[in-house]
Amino acid sequence: MSEERVLRDQIRQVIDEHARLAVPIATLDDQADLFSAGMTSHASVNVMLALEDCFEVEFPESMLRKSTFQSVAAIGAALSELQSVSA
Amino acid sequence: MRIAADPYTELRNRLFEAELLFSTGVDGLYGRSDTYQGIADAVDHLMHRWGHDVGATVVHLPPLIARSTFDSTDYIRSFPDLVGSVHVFNGGDRDHVELVRRVSAGGDWPALLEPGEIVLSPAACYSLYPMCAGRLPAGGRYFEVSGYCFRHEPSTDPTRMQAFKMHEIVYVGEPDTAQRHRDDSLARGLSILTDIGLDVTATPANDPFFGRLGAALAAGQLDEGLKFEGVTAICSDDRPTAVMSANCHRDHFGAPFGIETATGAVAHSACVGFGVDRITIALLVRHGFDPSTWPGPVRARLFS
Repeated sequence: MSEERVLRDQIRQVIDEHARLAVPIATLDDQADLFSAGMTSHASVNVMLALEDCFEVEFPESMLRKSTFQSVAAIGAALSELQSVSA
Repeated sequence: MRIAADPYTELRNRLFEAELLFSTGVDGLYGRSDTYQGIADAVDHLMHRWGHDVGATVVHLPPLIARSTFDSTDYIRSFPDLVGSVHVFNGGDRDHVELVRRVSAGGDWPALLEPGEIVLSPAACYSLYPMCAGRLPAGGRYFEVSGYCFRHEPSTDPTRMQAFKMHEIVYVGEPDTAQRHRDDSLARGLSILTDIGLDVTATPANDPFFGRLGAALAAGQLDEGLKFEGVTAICSDDRPTAVMSANCHRDHFGAPFGIETATGAVAHSACVGFGVDRITIALLVRHGFDPSTWPGPVRARLFS
């Protein structure tokens, strides 16, 4: 399994546990808008904190926008950027 | 040489020196003079006339709210830093001895208390929603609510009190009417404040959401146009102070409190809230510390 695939699966696991979506995350593709799928602003805070725990990163202020947590792909891009900085 | 204070501390010092407000030793917690209270009561009365015009049911509220009600408002999710909770002593003789010992020794006696069934009320209208549970009459209902509120944000800015009086006109019922109440109230509120000589402008606003994503949540609230404030310069022209706000809650309270419209749909709500203390201080700054010298039309509107 590719590294990217592992990352996406971990992100999907966090979303499944914390985003409280109206539909199962498995039915959404990586580009799907999580807020449109029922993730509230407050649930996005839980997702952010769970991602930080899971990936041992801290989102900098420049990433603290709704768009950072808009989709699996957006989260993946943000995490990749963070991990490449720390690597 | 006296070092110039910031404009907020400066105004507070002037209010203390004039004995309009009295220091309690805690920032944001003040005694009020009879003159100050007379102005605040007159401001309350302006809102009361409004409530009367719309046939509002008047509810005067204590500064405390049932913990169960507080929990349902979801306040803790957005504003944990502003909360104050009432704790009480439920112990026996031995616990009492230890309590007194700790007080005498300067120890951590509050640790021996337990959460009570009440919380300090952060907004006047919160206590109202459980009273509305069930089916509303056709057309919904208007309420006029007032009471002291608490928010833990100690500050030397005299307009940012920890304990302050809030006066609200609330509509609960149909979604369209709720939206209209918000819009109409903003205009009427601005007009009332303009008529007493305050230079107030409306501005889209957001609540001070807590945490690192707070700014993002606030941006969402701004985008959706859910909250507007009436602001006026009190201490600073660049950073005017909000003296009223008009808010559309949608079903934020109707859903958790089981409030239904006459046709059984989840009720929406909207409120216009006035910061009575902020309006009082704005008037003192605008017209001077002696209300007997205020312009005739302003006096007429407030005191006759």
